[in-house]
Amino acid sequence: MSDTQTAEATSLLTPGTKAPDFTLQFAPRATLSLSELSGKPVILAFYPADWSPTCGDQIGLYNEILPEFQKFGAELVGISVDGPWCHKAYSEARKLHFKLLSDFEPKGAIARQYGAYRRDDGLCERALFVIDQNGFIAWSYLSPIRVNPGADGILEALEKLSAKAA
Amino acid sequence: MTRLKQPVSADDHVQGSADALTTLVEYGDYECPHCAHAYPIVKQLQKRFGDDLRFVFRNFPLNEAHPNAEAAAETAEFAGAHGKFWEMHDLLFENQPRLGTALFVELAQKLKLPRPALEAALEGGQFAARVRADFSGGVRSGVNGTPTFFINGLRYDDSWEFPELLLVIDQAIESARNPAAD
Repeated sequence: MSDTQTAEATSLLTPGTKAPDFTLQFAPRATLSLSELSGKPVILAFYPADWSPTCGDQIGLYNEILPEFQKFGAELVGISVDGPWCHKAYSEARKLHFKLLSDFEPKGAIARQYGAYRRDDGLCERALFVIDQNGFIAWSYLSPIRVNPGADGILEALEKLSAKAA
Repeated sequence: MTRLKQPVSADDHVQGSADALTTLVEYGDYECPHCAHAYPIVKQLQKRFGDDLRFVFRNFPLNEAHPNAEAAAETAEFAGAHGKFWEMHDLLFENQPRLGTALFVELAQKLKLPRPALEAALEGGQFAARVRADFSGGVRSGVNGTPTFFINGLRYDDSWEFPELLLVIDQAIESARNPAAD
């Protein structure tokens, strides 16, 4: 493992950077590694916490627009510091159709590598990454913590990737 | 700054003049409680600004969260095809707690729209593509929940209670009147 994959990034990782691999729990007894998703575009959505209010909620929005991402063959995963049991309850309550990963122990370790951790309050930033088929960051975006960034930036990045691949 | 990618066009449901100094676009969901809360606020703004404000409503049904949102949106589009979009739009928000097929039929009858045609349209998804087009366009414009408002083409991320919207629309009208003042 190279240094870039273990070091804490001081700012959000930028396009062209190899996306640090990770293995995180998405359910109490199941894990997912970024490397397992190699070969397709991956959307990493770091977000502060489960159970934010409905309707204006970023995770709920992405659940609604999943088909738009799937048109590009892209896989979406959410990442927060909430534990797997919390994710499980939240996913079931909101009928989510994508995985939420727990950056729970050591807390925020992956978010730190991506430059998406808020030390002051111990939460993930609201940060988005689109990772290309070869595992490199194609696009990243840090949103103000209280603004749901929507999905327009993600879709533009996916469009560019698919134009490049064509 | 997140911008509206789909300009207001002849396909839109519009209240007010094309010459209005300010255009308020709402992406909304008839089953969303926040949209129902915003509904009378928009009415108040329209009353307040009159010809200076143009209002556009586009569909953004959050179907995973709101089981009746899609059919409600299609019912409004059905009414729109019969020239009664805004009447249905208003009635749907005013009757939000009762959304469902029985209400859609009742409202259609109230507006003297043909019940069998509504039932066939909902059954056959006649207006589903239209609703989906609004939704996809919204996603590409950075709609981030419901309601999402755009004021003169820019996404508005602050509070959409009346006093805040009043102020920001007032400012938009002012800068449209005096572009050099900026």
